[in-house]
Amino acid sequence: MRPSRRLDVVVVGAGPAGLAAADAVAALGRSVLLIDQGSRGGGQVWRHRPGERLPRAARRLLGAVQPPRVAVARRAAVIDAASPHELVVDFDGRTAIIETSSIVLATGAVERFLPFPGWTLPGVVGVGAMQALCKSGLELSGARVVLAGTGPLLLPVAATLRRAGARLVLIGEQVPARRLRRFAMRALLSPARLAQALQYRAATWPVPYRSDTWVVRAEGHHAVERAILSVGGEERVEPCDWIATAAGLLPRTELGTLLGCAVGDDGIVVDQQQATSIDGVWAAGECCGVAGDDAAQAEGAIAGMAAAGATEIPAALGRRRDRGRAFGWLLREEFAPRRELLDRVTPRTVICRCEDVRQESIDPAWSQRQAKLWTRVAMGACQGAVCGPACEALYGWRRNAVRPPLEQPSVGAWASALERLTPDPVAVGESPPQRGA
Amino acid sequence: MSDITIVVNGLPRRVAHDITVAAALLQHGPASFRHSVGGAPRAPLCAMGSCHECRVTIDDRPAVRACLEPVREGLRVETEP
Amino acid sequence: MITCDVAVIGAGVVGAAIADVLAHEGMEVAVLEGEFAGAGSTGAAMGHLVVMDDSPAQLRLCHHSRLRWDAMLPEFPPTVEADRCGTLWLAASDAELAIAQAKVDRFRRDGVRAELLDAQQLAEAEPALRPGLAGALRVPDDMVCYPPVIAQLLLERAVAAGARLLQPVRVLAVESGLVRTAYGDNVSAGAVVVAAGAHSASLLPGLPALPRRGHLAISDRMPISVRHQLVDLGYLDSAHTLGGASVAFNVQPRRTGQLLVGSSRELVGFDARINRPLVARMLSRATAFLPALAGAPVSRTWVGFRPATADALPLIGRWPAIERTWVATGHEGLGISMAPGTADLIAADLLGREPPLDPAPFRPERDVAHAGAAA
Repeated sequence: MRPSRRLDVVVVGAGPAGLAAADAVAALGRSVLLIDQGSRGGGQVWRHRPGERLPRAARRLLGAVQPPRVAVARRAAVIDAASPHELVVDFDGRTAIIETSSIVLATGAVERFLPFPGWTLPGVVGVGAMQALCKSGLELSGARVVLAGTGPLLLPVAATLRRAGARLVLIGEQVPARRLRRFAMRALLSPARLAQALQYRAATWPVPYRSDTWVVRAEGHHAVERAILSVGGEERVEPCDWIATAAGLLPRTELGTLLGCAVGDDGIVVDQQQATSIDGVWAAGECCGVAGDDAAQAEGAIAGMAAAGATEIPAALGRRRDRGRAFGWLLREEFAPRRELLDRVTPRTVICRCEDVRQESIDPAWSQRQAKLWTRVAMGACQGAVCGPACEALYGWRRNAVRPPLEQPSVGAWASALERLTPDPVAVGESPPQRGA
Repeated sequence: MSDITIVVNGLPRRVAHDITVAAALLQHGPASFRHSVGGAPRAPLCAMGSCHECRVTIDDRPAVRACLEPVREGLRVETEP
Repeated sequence: MITCDVAVIGAGVVGAAIADVLAHEGMEVAVLEGEFAGAGSTGAAMGHLVVMDDSPAQLRLCHHSRLRWDAMLPEFPPTVEADRCGTLWLAASDAELAIAQAKVDRFRRDGVRAELLDAQQLAEAEPALRPGLAGALRVPDDMVCYPPVIAQLLLERAVAAGARLLQPVRVLAVESGLVRTAYGDNVSAGAVVVAAGAHSASLLPGLPALPRRGHLAISDRMPISVRHQLVDLGYLDSAHTLGGASVAFNVQPRRTGQLLVGSSRELVGFDARINRPLVARMLSRATAFLPALAGAPVSRTWVGFRPATADALPLIGRWPAIERTWVATGHEGLGISMAPGTADLIAADLLGREPPLDPAPFRPERDVAHAGAAA
């Protein structure tokens, strides 16, 4: 099903940045297709069940980004690309080639997981993951949850878990109290942020909120039974059903890497117009640096306008983005994972969950490629999405190239799409087959 | 709340109609979705499609990520408990 | 300046096997490797240990090597993932089945176990294959293994026997008994053996070996039952040639439960980009033989560069253009299968011993464009 005409813009990801981008493209009268892996739009931050009340900006954007103004593909993902203009898209198991002049990447963020003993037990989930599960229908009535992470995401997640019926054992923040105070002094100067923080704290009162706290290990037989925590330097055992833990957020950059975009420590590298290093590719939101949903919306709008060919970008949008970015940098500085989170790893700790590769089988002197070839670390189903950042922190490896396809499509679906790509300029005709196996 | 029935490892289970398969499988607490290469039980970690730990078989399709899959009436899911 | 008896350039499976044999013969060996053992073609390879019979010379070298592998592999740890799954060469038609029968006869004449399966026996042996195949040639002693680990273990054995590993080293040039490197010391050697895979021709101008790009894909762990390595015989209908881009059906069951899917061949130099239309052809051919594979999740695809020659035989022996220089490359898809025999041929030549098999068909200076049929 090759479309008869090329789209003006494809937007990937329906979180705040992607929605804003699609809205901006449509406002300029250009054709746009929004591709999203979720079933409802909103991304992670605006994940919701039908009828659930969302923030005003979310309601506005979700209302505006609808057919026929914007073509929307739910449960869809870009799994490969021959170029930024020829995308292989999986639409819920069926693949098609989508041709487009421009693409806006709004692929968001993922959680940073750092391995610790027991982190593979059922019941150990991410902080955002626990929230996502609750927002997708998990009820926690009476379940005991240890929540241990970092940054301002902890309180809203705690509030969500409470609403889902959880008995929160404790909210643990890895950074020390003085850092937390310093952050509060700088960040909560904004009355809106202060009000929101107080509101969340009220919603989670009187659950203890402890700084200098992290999970040392998880124990249990078939699933989590207890968390061993380090709380202000003292080890404490907390029986629990769930451990929700992560070490912050990281930009999700695989598609950008596949398209050849430069990726730096903060995510996909963009300029003032949100243009990446590759012609025809823009990026917006947390995939180019974690900075919150307001900056993401501003970036999405800028990227959408630029991708749609606008030459004038309103200065106010740029200011909104810059404010958010400044906050993002503050977050990264103040909530960087502390060294002790890496020191939790023991020789028997699984580093690569997909291939069950343990710390003891990886020689830190090896190069990344060497370790991958010899141990299969980062070679499993997630292709290093989880252990890549962990290995970067533990062994100093840079995350390397992405090998297609993304998202593990079926052999048949991927092959049938590739067959429909524009033939390579170096024609691949039928020719006598080769010798050898 | 309108409930539907899905079939988990051959047994019917009533669940809310608007939730994901992952949420449905975790209704009674953490449970193994699959076994790792080394045979250990595994369950969702990221809940947003990137870790692939929640792979299950749904209506005979192998390796479907339960965290991305909404439930629907009659859906059959196979796990490795 | 480092001095030694023999400098081996490249620690792929071929270079590592040569270093292992020479070090065990008591020679002072230095191995020069640019990255790490198995980082090149070896690491990108499927990892089959097969006996093939495109020519009598190929059959002899494969067979000798296999007997050597049989002796060595029991000493290796399980991480080599050696699995004697056997190969099934699939015949789609009666004409191909006749070819398979001829191959059975040739294999048996050389003492290689082989048997013909009819359609019924094939369906029982591999129920996941599509119905309607005519039968297959079964080579039960063929194996699969995990190549990068094999290369590393061979290199470790060489080092344990006294070989010196210079790594990472970039080799700039090979002169008579001298290896010039980009950094670190140059190496002075009684003999230099170039085993740099597809890169060998850049050190030995005029060497008739070319990089031939191949794609492979691997599935996630899947409950599809495949017991043998599967290859289609169809390509035998056509003339052998280096030109053009082509695909063949080749699936291996891996110890991990994954299926490794190949293969493609093209001459495009060292261009590491993925040729997606060719991958599509490769995968479609695979799913045509193995329909259930279409439902398997595919984890990734990658390319490697096989060192290829026009007559499908490796280049093993003295390279006359440079004094005191030997070469061992051009094994294309059979580097692991032929590594021990290659090492034995090089060792016999260096030590002035009787070679274990006739080295003439592998002489690097032969006219590769015309030598194949006669070999």
